[in-house]
Amino acid sequence: MNTKFLLSAALVAPLALAAPAFAAGGAGHVEDVDFSFEGPFGSFDQAQLQRGFQVWYEVCSACHGMKFVSIRSLGDEMGPAFPEAQLKAIAENFEVIDEEGEYGDFRTAKVSDNFPENNGAGAPDLSLMAKARAGFHGPAGLGINQLMKGIGGPEYIFSLLTGYTGEEKEEAGTILYENTAFSSGYISMAPPLYEEIIEYQDGTEATIEQMSEDVAAFLMWTAEPKMTERKQAGFRNIGFLVLLFVLLYLTNKKLWAPIKRKEF
Amino acid sequence: MSGIPHEHYEPKSGFEKWLESRLPILGLLHSTLTIPTPKNLNWMWIWGIVLTFFLAVQIITGITLVMHYTPDTTLAFASVEHIMRDVNGGWLLRYLHSNGASMFFIAVYFHIFRGLYYGSYKAPREITWIIGILIYLAMMATAFMGYVLPWGQMSFWGATVITGLFGALPLVGEPIQTWLLGGPAVDNATLTRFFSLHYLLPFVIAGLVIVHIWAFHSTGNNNPTGVEVRRDSIDIVKKDTVPFWPYYVIKDLLALVLFLIFFAVMVFFMPNFLGHPDNYIEANPLVTPAHIVPEWYFLPFYAILRAITFDILFIDAKLGGVLLMFGSIAVMALAPWLDTSRVRSGRYRPMFRWAFLVFVINFFVLMWAGGMPAEGIVPVVSLLGTIYWFAYFLVILPVLGITEKPLPQPATIEADFDSHYPPNAGGAPAGAQPTPAE
Repeated sequence: MNTKFLLSAALVAPLALAAPAFAAGGAGHVEDVDFSFEGPFGSFDQAQLQRGFQVWYEVCSACHGMKFVSIRSLGDEMGPAFPEAQLKAIAENFEVIDEEGEYGDFRTAKVSDNFPENNGAGAPDLSLMAKARAGFHGPAGLGINQLMKGIGGPEYIFSLLTGYTGEEKEEAGTILYENTAFSSGYISMAPPLYEEIIEYQDGTEATIEQMSEDVAAFLMWTAEPKMTERKQAGFRNIGFLVLLFVLLYLTNKKLWAPIKRKEF
Repeated sequence: MSGIPHEHYEPKSGFEKWLESRLPILGLLHSTLTIPTPKNLNWMWIWGIVLTFFLAVQIITGITLVMHYTPDTTLAFASVEHIMRDVNGGWLLRYLHSNGASMFFIAVYFHIFRGLYYGSYKAPREITWIIGILIYLAMMATAFMGYVLPWGQMSFWGATVITGLFGALPLVGEPIQTWLLGGPAVDNATLTRFFSLHYLLPFVIAGLVIVHIWAFHSTGNNNPTGVEVRRDSIDIVKKDTVPFWPYYVIKDLLALVLFLIFFAVMVFFMPNFLGHPDNYIEANPLVTPAHIVPEWYFLPFYAILRAITFDILFIDAKLGGVLLMFGSIAVMALAPWLDTSRVRSGRYRPMFRWAFLVFVINFFVLMWAGGMPAEGIVPVVSLLGTIYWFAYFLVILPVLGITEKPLPQPATIEADFDSHYPPNAGGAPAGAQPTPAE
């Protein structure tokens, strides 16, 4: 038996086998979307994030909160990068709990506030949704395709928003809508998007696919706002580590040469 | 500190003599760092340094995270998001800590399997092995409690399932479970005590690591041949060994940096790959996830826990699973006494090598089974895997030692080394004294 084989197998196997941990989350059909932020060099598309915010603001925010995201963060250079004036205008449209007032008092939001939670319709908070769902699990529950495609959270959101078949059924007094991406096949959220439901400020045609892709990208940003900084830091760190590795490799080789009776 | 003859520390300067006569710490450091180490160690002997490094990483990142984390059920999840979004470099600290735990376990599994293959657990290193098992248990407890702290769905339901195991014990089970949780169910009292213990245990591990190192510095390292270092005199020791510093320090650092590159790829480019999406949903006692799974490094033992789906006499299935899960670690701890072979290294045991290969494959099969929903062939696979795990320790190790005909072993470590690096093949003369290169 070859120790090197064991060594490499043991290094790779936990990666592949770890993935059954993602097996939960449903077996609905998830479409792979080619997002700009995928891969080690990928970054967010600023115009897409701004469009995605518009979709969230004009459609999703009616029922869904986004309580972990601060309004000021929409001005982040590597995020939607809205200018200060626009952030102020956005803040004025939200009411938040006034912690200095009486119990139950609300006040107009400031740029430094987070977006409010929204528990009205029992809809889940969307701040982290793109990391809270896995789109890909296979093959055989091994999750190896996540290494290629990513975990698939934004793809799941895109597939859910475009996955309505138009069929519906009534169950215990609630109308459920058939959806090919949802794990049980029927979802209680009515189809939220239809063609031209919003008018994009940048003039992009507001098809269901376009809006779904934009809002999925935006929600990936809200879930992982530091992604671009993270990847940039990654190249710097790995660069230095590789340099250190080369230096140590040469040091080690020279150090051991007399012991191994080799020329350096 | 070492039982192997070696040159002792001689204080030179006035200050060294003054300090050494009052507290012999320089001598202790000297003998620890220059311990004679078999010169034929292969790349499987690097994991100790990796583990020590990751213990330090976890403690340092952990202490920093605590400065920004709030152990309260209503605030914990939000405070983790605060770390991820508002704390400078907070995302890096958290991803280093969460992926660092996985690296720690990758390294410990290599380290344990190395010990199992090369017979490092055998006399006279039983105490080193037992301390190692205790460290592994403390690591599991620490990792489990740490996973509860972000207060996501998997945190909450994982804690519910695992503490529920204690409830399976007859008579004392329920009181123990209530005592662990600080109440009838996982709640604020559970979170605060897990937080407290999660902070405490790493320092217990650090203490155990010192004892672990002390123990094998007394017996000397094992090596791939399993043949002991000759101890007749310092000169003979030098034929079999090189001093730990600088030879193995530099070699281990080289390996560590290679492993850190892998770590950096995980942290910077796929930080959530080894996590579970459900833990980005805040804990909700009213909603049970479709499929509760532990972290990847617990999956083999989770599979053993779920392998028993039937009652055995008066032991019901749940208790049977719990006993087997704890038993699977216990039989591993007993390996020094279960293995009857007088040949230490698996390198010279042809039958053992097959049994060991199947053992390693079985470990990954159990890991897969632990991550899948318990339906279809999964329970059968888990049961077969569990049977092999126990059979390996309780049947194969005792029997093979008697029936197997081992291959000839090299007479000395020097002979093994010379067969890889023949004398006179290069510049330096045979038996050259190890002197550090310029």
